Formats: sequence, structure tokens, C-alpha cells
Amino acid sequence: MAKRIDVSGLTAYYGSHKAIEDISMTVEPRSVTAFIGPSGCGKSTFLRTLNRMHEVTPGGRVEGKVLLDDENLYGAGVDPVSVRRTVGMVFQRPNPFPTMSIYENVAAGIRLNGGRVRKAELDTIVEKSLKGANLWKEVKDRLNKPGAGLSGGQQQRLCIARAIAVEPQVLLMDEPCSALDPISTLAIEDLIGELKERFTIVIVTHNMQQAARVSDRTAFFNLAGVGQPGKLVEIDDTERIFSNPSVQATEDYISGRFG
Amino acid sequence: MSEVAMDQPSGAVPGARRSSSSLHQPRLPRWAPAAIAAAALAVGVGIGAGAGLSSRIQWGLLAAVLYVAGTFALATRVEGVRQAKDRLATSLVWVCFLLAVVPLVSLIWETVSRGSSVLDGGFLSHSMGGVLTIQPGGGVYHAIIGTLEQVGIATAIAAPIGLLTAIYLVEYGRGRLAKAVTFFVDVMTGIPSIVAGLFVLSFWILMLDNGYSGFAGSMALAILMMPVVVRSTEEMLKLVPNELREASLALGVPKWRTILKVVLPTAIGGIATGVMLSVARIAGESAPIVLLVFGSQLINNNPFEGAQSSLPYYIYEQWAAGNDASYDRAWAAALVLIAFVMILNLVARGIARWKAPKAGR
Ligand SMILES: Nc1ncnc2c1ncn2[C@@H]1O[C@H](COP(=O)(O)OP(=O)(O)OP(=O)(O)O)[C@@H](O)[C@H]1O
Ligand SMILES: [Mg+2]
Repeated sequence: MAKRIDVSGLTAYYGSHKAIEDISMTVEPRSVTAFIGPSGCGKSTFLRTLNRMHEVTPGGRVEGKVLLDDENLYGAGVDPVSVRRTVGMVFQRPNPFPTMSIYENVAAGIRLNGGRVRKAELDTIVEKSLKGANLWKEVKDRLNKPGAGLSGGQQQRLCIARAIAVEPQVLLMDEPCSALDPISTLAIEDLIGELKERFTIVIVTHNMQQAARVSDRTAFFNLAGVGQPGKLVEIDDTERIFSNPSVQATEDYISGRFG
Repeated sequence: MSEVAMDQPSGAVPGARRSSSSLHQPRLPRWAPAAIAAAALAVGVGIGAGAGLSSRIQWGLLAAVLYVAGTFALATRVEGVRQAKDRLATSLVWVCFLLAVVPLVSLIWETVSRGSSVLDGGFLSHSMGGVLTIQPGGGVYHAIIGTLEQVGIATAIAAPIGLLTAIYLVEYGRGRLAKAVTFFVDVMTGIPSIVAGLFVLSFWILMLDNGYSGFAGSMALAILMMPVVVRSTEEMLKLVPNELREASLALGVPKWRTILKVVLPTAIGGIATGVMLSVARIAGESAPIVLLVFGSQLINNNPFEGAQSSLPYYIYEQWAAGNDASYDRAWAAALVLIAFVMILNLVARGIARWKAPKAGR
């Protein structure tokens, strides 16, 4: 199921603005990799290049290679739609579909793709995904109520359920807890711990403790100055990054002696 | 030194009463605006009647001026200049509101009271066939059929084209082509209805040698309707948050399916309202009908062949006949037209409410 990601020489632009430059890294399968770094250094941009969402932005352009188990996502003839089915994404702000019920939200990935799935089968998938997202107990009695009627934390877990319902092999999460209270955050962190058994997970976070708690490896991004492209400073085992990083800038950032 | 400094602030705020606390200021009681309005009305009517002004409108305007001036003067005395300005603005808003509502209400009142005298089942189910315009009787059935068919065909043409154009502009349109389309839509919005009628007349009837028909009128109505549909749909699509599109795309849903299954359903309430309002707008058009549908006294169920009538045309025709019986029919037809537009509005609101994204539990 889970796949390895190999990025080499990746540069991304917004129109003529170069947002990230020459990034190379490897993300191991069945592990959690955290991205940390100051605001505007291109973490979200980089994350979105991993499932070809970057090019959805007007003017978005990518150079370089992203190998998903030896298959280049940016190779000729690769369909971005099938890339996104393989590499799922959870956004910073919960964004359930407002016209759909909780059930329909979870089933959206399958139904919107025109999949002809029998009702019983779909029921099973929805239940499994909601259980996988730790939300089943809270919503099992109101599956037909609107998804927008849930609390923020529940909505975010609904979005996670929606993303895992299509059985992706990689799950990208862009600050999934930034709008949540500590209890919901803890629920989602536990969830990430469970999900990594099945998926390759990449998570962007501004919370150092969170990165230290959930991730196996941590990548630190930085930018030289305003208007400069963001770059990968180093990527290493989380323990090492937080105890004994090999670059001074990483230590400064983590210990708050930044800028 | 210090005395001068102390004196200046109190001198700088003329009219402000000294009170124990600077946060407390005298206020007019809550019923004051209503009382001033009543007094202004009474004085306005008194002066109007006393001076022998014949028009009620003059009485009303007099009362409005007195109300605004009275509010301002009283508030300045009691509350100070800043509050008085606030009251002045509030009273002006009220007066403008009334100025807008009075003609509207009197229009509906006039139409209902004059139109209801001949409006009955027979009026709705008969045409003017065999009825002389100076006779009472006859009906509006042929005009209702004409309006329904012409407006229906115009909607069937304009709504899909307008919808697709708006989707193109919001979801796909970049660069020159999109700018050109937007420009032409803007230009079309400004086309007077008579010009749209002349355009269809010259190419459909004069050049291609087709006869008068409801369909010819529908084409002109569609030209008028299309830009309105494009504009309103565009606004509604722009209101759909980008995050929803991204959420759907990130699930591996192709763009066209995202538009069809996520964007359109989210905006459908507003889109339907926009289409209904544009239908209501063209239902009242008479100029293209006069040019292209020609008008008829008889029932013609076929919109593609021969002259038809329509409600606005019927009203014009009956009014032009100029006798009591035809005036009655004109008012009754106007009432039917208003009811038709009103029903469309209610339907649009119903759809909007029914389809609106639900946030409740
Ligand atoms: N849609 C866009 N159009 C143009 N420039 C953009 C766009 N989105 C981001 N950028 C630019 O790209 C750079 C990287 O932005 P990005 O959102 O990836 O940063 P980030 O590391 O995720 O920051 P944060 O931690 O605040 O989320 C920034 O300089 C930003 O101004
Ligand atoms: Mg970001």
C-alpha cells in the first residue's frame, strides 16, 4: 500500500515568483515525516507539489522530479487526477462539502468519481473510514445530517475520513490541527499514529512539540530573506533534529532563537 | 497658564452641556422620533389644508421636510451636534425609504383595486375572439399562452447558454478570450429591448423571410435575458469558496466533475434565483413582441407559426383601445402579469432556501 517518495531537484514557481528551490529528499513508506520552518518558507507549496495540486493555482509551475516508487509524477503522460487519487490531502482549514451529509462527504471521493459501488459496500467503506478517523462513535446516529453542522475538530476528522475513504497510498496534511483545541489535536495525533501503519504520511506543522510527538523524520525549511525562494535546510530523524541537529539554523529555529 | 489650558477644551466644544460625567449626555427619549414624525405629519397636513394645496403629495413632502428639520433642530438643542448629525442621517434614510415604498404600494393597490373587477375564471379562460374592444367580456387566455410559451422558449435558449458562459468565465476563462467575452456580455446588458427586437426583425423576418411568430419574439427575449443570467450566475459561482474546489480536486475528482457535482450544487440556489429574476424581467417586455409576434385576438397554441399575443402586449393594446371595458381588461391583465412575476419570485426564493447549503444540526 504505502509508497516511498523520492524528490530530486524540485523548484516551484507562482508565475515568475520562485517559491521553493532545488529541494531533494526521500520520504520513507509507513512513516510520518514532519515539515517545519518559518511562515512563507514554502512548506505548503512543497506539499502541494507532491500530489500535483500546485498547478491548480493560476501560474503554478514545477520543475524537477517526484518519484513515487520509481514512477515520476511529473513524467510525460501522467494524469494529475490519478496522482491525486494515490496521494490524498487534508487541508489546514476543515472544508467539508456544505451541500452534503456526513455520509455523502465520506463517500464523496468514490461517488464523485462515478464509481459504481453497491450501497452495502459503500456503507462498509464509510463506516471503516469514519472509524479510521476516530469519528464513528460521535456521528453514527446522524450520518444523514449536514457535514457542516459538526464542530471544527469533528469537521477536520471528517475531512480525514473523506481522504482515507479513497484508499490513497500517501496522505499529505497541511497544518491539520492549527484550528483545533488541544483535545481534538490529541485525537488527530493519535489518529496519525494509527494511520501510519497503512499510509505514508507527510505533515506540515508549526508546533514543535507536535512534530516531536508524531513524526519519525523531520525536515526543516528556511528562506534566506523576504522574496527569496525557500530551501530545505536538512532532513533527519526527528530525535536528532530536536536533540542534535547538524545545522546551526535548525537549532536556532527549534529553540526559538530565530531571527 | 494652567487656567488657559483648562478653559480651552470647554470652549472648543460649543453646545456641549456640562454634566457630572463626560460619558453621560442628555438623550432624546426613545419615542421622540415617532412623536416628531406624528407632529410633522399633523403640521404638514394642517399647512397643506390651510394653504389650499390640492395635491396630497405636496402635503407629504411638507411633512417629510418638517420631520427632518424638526429632528435635527431638536437633537441639536438637546443632544449636541454629533448626535444631531446621526439623527439627521437616520431621518433621511426613513424619508427615502418611504419615498421608495409609497409608489410601490400605491401601484399594487391601484392594480389590485382596478384589476380585480373583471378578473375571474372566464377572464382567465377566454380569448378576445369575437369580442369587440368596446364590449365588456372577453379574456386574457391567448395572452397568457403567448407569454408562457415565448418566455419559456426564451429561457430554454438563454439559461443554458448563459450558465455555460458563466461557468467558462469563472472556472476556465483566462486571458484574452475571457476578457472579450466579459466585454460582450457587458455590451449586451446595455442593449435596449427595441434594438434586440429590430435585430431579430431584420435578420429573421426580413432577411430569412420567416413570418411573425412567438419564436421570433423568444429570440429577442433570449438576447435580453442572456447577459443577465451570465452576470448573476458568475457572481454566484465566485461566491463558492476555492477550498471546496481544491478539496474535490485533491480527492482525485476531475475538474469537470468537480464543477458539476460540487461547485454547481453549492451555488444552485443563487443561480436559480438569478434565472427566475431574469425571467421576470423579460416577461414584462413589450417592444420586441410588437415587432416580432405582431399581436392577435385569437388563441394560437403554436409559437412557431403565426401571430400570438402576450400579457404586456395585451395590456398595451387594451389601453390603446381607450374605453371603459378595455381599461378594465388592461388592469386585470396587469394584475395577472404582476401575479405571474410574483409567483416566479416566490418559486425562486423557495428553491434558494431549499437548496441552500445546510449548516444546522
Ligand atoms: N497562490 C499564491 N500565489 C502567489 N504566491 C504564493 C501563493 N501561495 C503562496 N505564495 C508564496 O509562496 C511562498 C511560500 O508560501 P507557502 O504558502 O508555501 O508558505 P508556508 O511555508 O506554507 O507558510 P505558512 O507556514 O505561513 O503556511 C510565499 O512567499 C508566498 O508568498
Ligand atoms: Mg502553509
